[in-house]
Amino acid sequence: MHLSRSRLRDRRRARALSDPFHPAVKGSRTGAVFDPPELSVTRNLPDHLHPSRSFQGLILTLHDYWAAYGCVILQPYDMEVGAGTFHPATTLRSLGPRPWKAAYVQPSRRPKDGRYGENPNRLQHYYQYQVILKPNPSDLQELYLGSLEAIGIDPLLHDIRFVEDDWESPTLGAWGLGWECWCDGMEVSQFTYFQQVCGIECAPVSGELTYGLERLAMYVQGVDRVYDLNFNGLEGADKITYGDVFLQAEQEYSRFNFEFADTELLFRHFADAEKECQALLEAGARPATSSPHRGEGGSRSEPGEGASPHRLVLPAYDQCIKASHAFNLLDARGVISVTERQNYILRVRNLAKACGEAFLQTEAGGMNMDKEVA
Amino acid sequence: MPDLLLELRSEEIPARMQRKAAGDLKKLVTDGLVDAGLTYEAAREYWTPRRLTLDVRGLTARSRDVREERKGPSTKAPEQAVQGFLRSAGLSSVDEAEIRTDPKKGDFYVAIISKPGRAADEIIADLLPGVIRDFPWPKSMRWGAASGPRGVRYGEIEGRGGEALRWVRPLQSILCTFGPETEEPVVVDFEIDGIRAGNVTYGHRFHAPGPITVRRFDDYVARLEAAKVVLDAERRKEIILADARNLAFARGLELVEDDGLLEEVSGLVEWPVVLMGEFEEDFLSIPSEIVRLTIRANQKCFVCSFSSLQRGEVSAKRTEGAQSATPPLEEEGKLAPHFLLTANIEAKDGGKEIARGNGKVVRARLSDALHFWKTDQADLPDLGRLTASAEKFGLDLKKPLDQRMARLDHLGVTFHAKLGTQGERVERIARLAEELARILEKQGLHPTPDLRSDPSLAGEGKARTAPLSSPSEGEVARRAGGGGHSFPTLARRAAILAKADLQTEVVGEFPELQGQMGRTYAALQGEHPSVAAAIEEHYKPQGPSDRVPTDPVSIAVALADKLDTLVGFWAIDEKPTGSKDPYALRRAALGVIRILVENGVRLGLSKWAGKDLLSFFHDRLKVYLRDQGARHDLIDAVLASGASDRTPAGQAARAEASERSERSAVSANNDDLLLIVRRVEALSTFLDTEDGKNLLAGTKRAANILAAEEKKGTRIAAAVDPALFAEPAEKALYAAVNQAEKEAGEAIGKQDFSAAMRALSALRGPVDAFFEQVLVNAEEEAVRANRLALLARIREATGQVADFSRIGG
Repeated sequence: MHLSRSRLRDRRRARALSDPFHPAVKGSRTGAVFDPPELSVTRNLPDHLHPSRSFQGLILTLHDYWAAYGCVILQPYDMEVGAGTFHPATTLRSLGPRPWKAAYVQPSRRPKDGRYGENPNRLQHYYQYQVILKPNPSDLQELYLGSLEAIGIDPLLHDIRFVEDDWESPTLGAWGLGWECWCDGMEVSQFTYFQQVCGIECAPVSGELTYGLERLAMYVQGVDRVYDLNFNGLEGADKITYGDVFLQAEQEYSRFNFEFADTELLFRHFADAEKECQALLEAGARPATSSPHRGEGGSRSEPGEGASPHRLVLPAYDQCIKASHAFNLLDARGVISVTERQNYILRVRNLAKACGEAFLQTEAGGMNMDKEVA
Repeated sequence: MPDLLLELRSEEIPARMQRKAAGDLKKLVTDGLVDAGLTYEAAREYWTPRRLTLDVRGLTARSRDVREERKGPSTKAPEQAVQGFLRSAGLSSVDEAEIRTDPKKGDFYVAIISKPGRAADEIIADLLPGVIRDFPWPKSMRWGAASGPRGVRYGEIEGRGGEALRWVRPLQSILCTFGPETEEPVVVDFEIDGIRAGNVTYGHRFHAPGPITVRRFDDYVARLEAAKVVLDAERRKEIILADARNLAFARGLELVEDDGLLEEVSGLVEWPVVLMGEFEEDFLSIPSEIVRLTIRANQKCFVCSFSSLQRGEVSAKRTEGAQSATPPLEEEGKLAPHFLLTANIEAKDGGKEIARGNGKVVRARLSDALHFWKTDQADLPDLGRLTASAEKFGLDLKKPLDQRMARLDHLGVTFHAKLGTQGERVERIARLAEELARILEKQGLHPTPDLRSDPSLAGEGKARTAPLSSPSEGEVARRAGGGGHSFPTLARRAAILAKADLQTEVVGEFPELQGQMGRTYAALQGEHPSVAAAIEEHYKPQGPSDRVPTDPVSIAVALADKLDTLVGFWAIDEKPTGSKDPYALRRAALGVIRILVENGVRLGLSKWAGKDLLSFFHDRLKVYLRDQGARHDLIDAVLASGASDRTPAGQAARAEASERSERSAVSANNDDLLLIVRRVEALSTFLDTEDGKNLLAGTKRAANILAAEEKKGTRIAAAVDPALFAEPAEKALYAAVNQAEKEAGEAIGKQDFSAAMRALSALRGPVDAFFEQVLVNAEEEAVRANRLALLARIREATGQVADFSRIGG
C-alpha cells in the first residue's frame, strides 16, 4: 500500500503482460451492451463473503463484476513486481492494435514502504486489483463507479472524486493521463488512459484501473488497521485476519529490505538481468534457422509482410522485471543517489522499450493482423 | 441581438488547468468570431471540473457583405498573365472581369469579388471544430476506439490514427445554442470525432446524472444550479471560504487561509459542501509546518488554528463546560486538531461518514509524519558501520543529525557522477567554509555568541541582533566563543551538518523542507544557534527576491556551498547554455553576488574561480546591477578598467595598498564583486556632477585623438618628457595628471572610490585648458609625440577607475 509517497516516485513502476499464451480476445466489442451486476453483486456468494465482511469476498466481487463485463480473469504474474502494471497482460498487451480486456490481482512489492508490521496502513507487499480495457470504452468512469457500488460504496453517502494524477513510469517509458480516485479523501484507485508504453504510442489507448485492495477493504470493512482485516469472512475460531496471513512476512521482509539485502549481490543481479534481457532480445529476433523443433530453413526475411515474428519477447521481458525489482531493492537500501537513480531508471527503460518493440513483432502484438477483424 | 452559449463537457479537468482553459476558450472563440466579421457586446467564461462554458452576448446575426476590387494586368498582357490573374481572382473567364482605362497605362482588367455576409451560426459551426481541435492544453490525450490505427474498426468506431481528437481528458458532449432572447435559440450544428453539438447537458455526477435540455445561458445556469452544479468558480470559492470560516468560528477556531489551496479545491467540486474533521492532539507535537503540509499536500484540506480573536468566547465556553476545544491562552495561533474538507455531495447522513473517512486518512498521514519525525530523532540501526565516516568528519554518533551525516557519507551517495559523492562534497564545502570564515573574520564579521552557553551574556538575550560587526561586539563574540566556538569552527560544523537532513525521513517525504528540518533537528540536539541557522540558510538566497543570510556563519556556509557547486560544474564543463540550466548555476552565482554585495563582504573570487567562471560572475553581476537600475555602460566601463591599471603610479598605489590590506585594491581581474559595485556607484555619482561630465568629455576627446593617431601609426612617446613642454597648459596638465593619478591611486588603495573620483575631478580644469590652448598636432615630431603621451596619461589616470571610452553620452 502506498499512501503518501505517490507523488515522489513513479508509482506503478512496471506493468506487465499476463498469461503469455492467452489469445487476444477477438470477439469483444467496445460497443457491447453491459448490464452491470446488481448493486449487491455477490450473487453467488454466501453472506460471509460480502466485501464488507471479507477481504477475499472483495476480490471475488470484483472478479464477478469484471468477468460479467467480459474481461478475462487472469491470475497474478509469478514474479516480483512493483505494481500490477508490470504484469505482461498490461505492459505488453497495451501495445499493438488488438483489443484486450483483462482483470487480475497482482501482489505488488514496494520494498521502501516496509514498516516492520508496525504501521496500520503501510505494507511493503500488498495487492492491486488491475483492470485493463483496450480500447477504453467511452463509459469507463461509469463502469468504474459501478464497480464501487458493487462492493458497497454508495456515491450519495461517500464523497467520490477524480483528482488529477498524470501517471508516468520512467522505468517503463510509459505515461498516461487520468486520476487518483478518492473515496472520502482516501485514494482507493488509480485511473489511467495510457498514451505511451515502452516508449511506443498506444493505438488504441487502453483504460487502466488499479484498485488498492487493502485500502478499499479497510474502508468497506470499517477497519483502522490493515492487519485487522477479516480475510475469510468467518468469525470466532474460524476467522482468519490479514495479519494472520501477512504480519510475519511484513516483519521479515522489512528486515530484509532495509537491513539484510546484500547490495553487492543486487547490483550483480541487476547487471545479469540486463545482460540476459539484451541477449534474449537479440536471439529472439533471429529467424528460427536451427531450432530443433522447427525444421524449416529460415531465410532471413525483411521486416513487414511475412517477416518472422520475434520468438523470445516474454522471457526477455521477465528479465526486465527482474532488473526493475533489483533496482527497487537497492533504492530501499538507500545506496543509490538521485543522479545514479536516473541512470538505473534509464537502463530499465531501455530494456522495456526494446521488449515493447519486439512484442509488436509477434502475433499478440498485432503482427499480420487483418485490419477488419480487430 | 442573439447570444451564443457553448459548453464543452468532459471527464474531470485538472483543477490547475481550468481557469486558463476557460480564458483560452473565450479568447479563441471571440477572436475567431471577430476575424469572421462578427461583433459582440460581452463575453464571459465559466468552468467546473467537468465543463468549460462560454457565454457570448449581443453577437451580430450576420457578417457584412464584402466587396473587393482586384486590379489585374493590362488588356494587352500576354495570355498567360491574364489566365493567372483570372485564376487568382476566382473568375472563370475574362468576360467576368471589368476593363478600366488608365491615362498612362492604358486599359487593364479589374476583378470585382463580392463575398456575401454569412449567418452567424454558420460561422460558429465553421469556427468551433478548429478551436476545439487545436485547443492549447498544456497536456492532452487521445482515448477510446478513435485512437486506434487508421482503418481498424472497433465495434462501430473506426480508428483515426494520428487525427484522433485530443482533449485534456475524454470530451463527452458539446452544447451549443444560438439565438435572440425573444426567440427559440437554435442548436449550432457541428460534429467532431462523432460528438455532435446539441442542447443537452448533464448535472452533478451523482445528484443529477440525467440529461438537461437547455435554451440559453440564463436557464442553463439555473438548471445546473437545480442539478447541484455551481457554474461560477468564484462563487464556489466564496461558498467554501465563508463556510470554512463559519465552521471554524463555531468551534472557537480560525481558518488558516490558503489561497492556492482554495483555488485548487474550488476546481475539484461542482457542489461544495464544507465539513470539519478531527485528529488526535498528540499529532500536534509534530512541527506545525509538517502538519499543515501533510494535510494540504495529501488531503487538500485546510487546517485551523486556535483563534486569538475569540479567546473571550472560548473562555466563556470553557466556564460553561462546553465540549469544544478550550485552548490555554499560550496556544493562540497554534494549530488545532481540526481540519476542513470540501466534499462534492450533500451526503444522506449530513456528511458524517465523509468527515469520519477523511479523518481516518488524515490520521494515517499524520501518523506517517509522526513516524518520520520521531525516526529522525532516534538512533539509526547499525551505528557501528558508521564510525569511519564519523571520524572523518568529527561527528558525534550520539547525536541523531550527526548519524545522518555519517550515513550520507557511509552510503557513498553520489552527488554527481563526475563530482563524486555527497560525502566528498561536504568535505570540500566544510574546508571552504572554514577558509571563508577566516577571511570574513578579518573583515570584522563574527558569529553571534551562543547565549545559552555564556551565562554572563544571557541577560542580554532579548536585545540580541543578528550579525555583530563592530569591534567591541566582536570582542564580546570572541570572548563568548572560546575554543570550540570560533568562527571557523562553527562554520565547519555547520557545513558538515548542512546536508545531513537529506537523510531524514521528513525531507524524504517533503523535499521542500530541506534545510528547515536540518535546522530544527540541529536545534533539538543543542547545536550553536548560528550553526542551526546556517543549516537552513545556506540554501539562501533561492532567487532575486529571497532573503539573503546575514549571520556570518550562514554567509560562510552559503558561499562555500554555492562556490563549490559553481567551481565543480565548471570543472566538468556543465555550464548553463541558453535556457538550459539544470543545476541552477545562474541562481547560485546570483546568490554569491547578493550575499557579497548586500552584506558588504569582500572576496577575491579568482582564488577559486577560473577566468571563464569569473566572466560568468561578471555577466550575472551585470544582470543584477541592471535590475537594481545601474547603467549598463558604467558596469562595462568599470569591468574594462581593471586590467588597464598599468601606470607606474597605479602600480605604486597597488603595491602600497597591498601592504595595507591583504588583497590588492584593484585586482587585475576584477574578482572582487563588491569593489566593482562600489566603483559603479561612485562613477555614477561622479558622472552626475558638472566636473564628471566635463572630464568625461575631455577624456573621450583625448582617447579619440589617440585612437586616430594610433591608427595612422603616429609615434607616441613612451613617457612624457617635461623638457619638451612648450606651453604652460602642458605643464599644468602634467602636474595635475601626476597629482590626480597619485591621489586617485591612493584612494583606490583604500577602496575610497568617491575620493578617487574627487581626485580625478581636479583634472577637469587643466584638461579643458590644454585642449583650448595647446595644439596637439605640433609641427615638431618630438613635441607632438610628447603631447600624445600626455593625452595617454589622462586616459590612464581615469582608467584606474573606469574605461571612460565605454561610457555613453
